[in-house]
Amino acid sequence: MTIGGLIIMVLSIGSVVTLFSWCIWKVLTTEGEEEKVHGFDIDTPDK
Amino acid sequence: MTSQAPKESWNSRLGIILAVAGSAVGLGNFLRFPGLAAQYGGGAFMIAYLVALCLIGLPICWAEWAIGRAGGQRGFNSCPGILGIITGKRKFRYLGVIGVIIPVVIYMYYVYIEAWCLGYALNFASGNMKFDTVDKATNFWMTFIGIAEDGAAVGFGWQQVGGFLLFVFALNFFLIYRGISKGIELFCRYAMPTLLVLAVIILIRVLTLGTPDYTHPGRSVSNGLGYMWNPTKMVLFEKTAEPSAGKETWTALPDGEVVGKTMIAAAKAKAADDPNLELRSLNMFNQLSNPQLWLAAAGQIFFSLSVGFGVIITYSSYLKKNDDVVLSGLAATSTNELCEVGLGGLITLPAGVAFLGVAGVAGMGTFDLGFRVLPMIFSEMWGGQFFGFAFFFLLFLAAVTSSLSMLQPGIAFLEEAMKINRKQSVAILGFVTAMGCAFVVYFSKDVKALDTIDFWINNLFMVTLALVEIIIFGWIIGTDEGFKLAHRGAAIRIPNFFKFVMKYVSPAFLIIIFGSWFYSQVLGFSFTDEGRNYSSYIVDLFIEPNKTAWYSVGLITLTAGFLLLLTAGGAFSKQSKPKKEEQ
Repeated sequence: MTIGGLIIMVLSIGSVVTLFSWCIWKVLTTEGEEEKVHGFDIDTPDK
Repeated sequence: MTSQAPKESWNSRLGIILAVAGSAVGLGNFLRFPGLAAQYGGGAFMIAYLVALCLIGLPICWAEWAIGRAGGQRGFNSCPGILGIITGKRKFRYLGVIGVIIPVVIYMYYVYIEAWCLGYALNFASGNMKFDTVDKATNFWMTFIGIAEDGAAVGFGWQQVGGFLLFVFALNFFLIYRGISKGIELFCRYAMPTLLVLAVIILIRVLTLGTPDYTHPGRSVSNGLGYMWNPTKMVLFEKTAEPSAGKETWTALPDGEVVGKTMIAAAKAKAADDPNLELRSLNMFNQLSNPQLWLAAAGQIFFSLSVGFGVIITYSSYLKKNDDVVLSGLAATSTNELCEVGLGGLITLPAGVAFLGVAGVAGMGTFDLGFRVLPMIFSEMWGGQFFGFAFFFLLFLAAVTSSLSMLQPGIAFLEEAMKINRKQSVAILGFVTAMGCAFVVYFSKDVKALDTIDFWINNLFMVTLALVEIIIFGWIIGTDEGFKLAHRGAAIRIPNFFKFVMKYVSPAFLIIIFGSWFYSQVLGFSFTDEGRNYSSYIVDLFIEPNKTAWYSVGLITLTAGFLLLLTAGGAFSKQSKPKKEEQ
C-alpha cells in the first residue's frame, strides 16, 4: 500500500465514521425526541 | 394542507433511521462496492463516489423523505397514492406504481439470495464448509443454487437452498404482518447493531491476517488494502495490433494490475523481456477521465442508498407531521456509508488478496466474490468456521432488513387499492411474491431469471422513479415549497445550494445516467472503442432469444400490469378525502 493509498483510505473512512458519529449523536441529543415516541400499541390495523 | 394521522407509525426516530439504513445496507455494501472501487482505482473512484453522493444520493433521499411524510399526512402510504395526492394529478399515480413494481419484483429474487446467505451461515456453523480451492467452493455454490439446470435448486437437503428459502420467506411475512413498529422496527433495532458488531469482529480478524503464506509475499492484507485504495494503479498492458495493421493498440490485461514492490518488480522484469508488454502507471487524473468510472460510482451510490426504490417514500409516510426528516435522512445515509466504505471497503478485498493475490480477485462480480471466493478464504483461515458463519450471518441480517422494506410498499398499496386489511394484503402479496419466487428458483440455470430481472428492474425502473420524484420535488412542488416541507420539524437544515442541485443538477445527472445506460447497455455502443457490442441481456432477448430471459421480462410485465390494473380500477382511485384530522 502506498502513502497515497493510506491517505485516501484514512480520509474516506475518517469522513464516514465522523459523519455517522455526528448524526447518531445529534439524533440522540436533539430535544423533543421523547414527544415523538409513539406507543407500540398503535400497530397492526387488524385489531 | 389537511393533515390526517396514518393508522400505523414508527415507535421512535432511531427506529425509522435503522429501518431505512437496514433497507439500504445489503450485499452491495460488502461485495459490490469493494470490487468497483478496486477496479476503478480507490482514490479516483472515491472522488466520483462523493460527488455522486452529493448530487444524486442525498438530494433524492431528502426529496423522498419529505414527499413521503407529506403524503402520509394526507392519508396515503403507497407510492402511487402519495405521488397522486402531492401533485394533485391522477396520472402521477400511474408513475408511482413503479415504486411498487420495483420492491415487489426485486423481493421475488432477493429472498432467494437471502436464503443463500442463511444456508452458507448455517453450513459454516455446522462445519460443512471446508474448501482448499476456489473450484471446490464453486462446486458447492453451483449445487446449492442449482446453476447447472432448471429445477435443480428445488431441494430440501442441508446443502440445498429449498429449506432455507421456505424459512426466510416465512420469516419475512411473519415480521411484515406484525406491522411497522412491532415487525420492521423491532427487528431492525436488533439486527442493525448486531450486523455492525459482527462486521467489526470480522474486520479485526481480516486486518490481522498479515501474510498468511510466506511463499507468496505478494498475497498480504497490505497489498489487499493497496489494491483497494491506492490512487495510482500499476497495470500491465498488452499490444494487441501490429504497427503494420495501422496504429498500435494497447489493452490492459484483465489480471494485469500489480500491487506492492515484489509484484511491481516482477511485472517490470516481465515487460522488459516481452516487447508486447508494457507496465503503465495510471494516476487519478487518467482514471477520472474515464466516463465508465463516473457511471459506476453514480450507479453504486444510487443502488446502495435505495433511492428511487419506493421504500423511503413509503417508510417516511408513517412519520408524524413534525417528525424530523432531514437529519433522519442524513443519519440513515451515513449508516449505509459507514457499512459500505468503512467496513465493506476493509473486509472483502483485503481478505481475498491475502489468500489469492490480486489476480485471484480482480474483476470478480458480486456473486463470484461472495459465494465462490470468500467461502474458500474463510475455510482456510484460523477460526474460519466462526468467521465464515459470522460473515454470512451478517449478510443474512443485511438481506432481511432489505427484503422487509421491499414488502411494505406492496402491503401499503394493496391496503389502499383494494380497501383491505393487513392480514388480507399480506396474504395476497405473499401469494404473488411466492409465485414469482418459485419462477426464479425453478429457472435457476446460469441464474438467468434472477440476472435478467435484476438488470431490467434496477436500470430501467429505479432511475425512472428517482427522476419522477426529483422532478416532482424541484419542479411541481417547487424547491422553495419543497424545502419548507422538508424543514418542518427538522433538527438540521439542508444547505441552500441544494435548491439549485435538486432543481437542475440531480435531474440532469439522472438523465445522463439513464442515457449512458441506454447507449452502452441497450444500444451496445462503447465510450472507448468504435463499433457495437451488445450486452448479454439484449442478446438474450433479440439476437439469440432465450426463453428464460423472455419469461423473466414477462414476469415483470405481468406484475406491472396487475398493479396498474389495481391502480386504475381499484377502490384506491376513489380514496381522496382525508379520514380524520390529526391532533
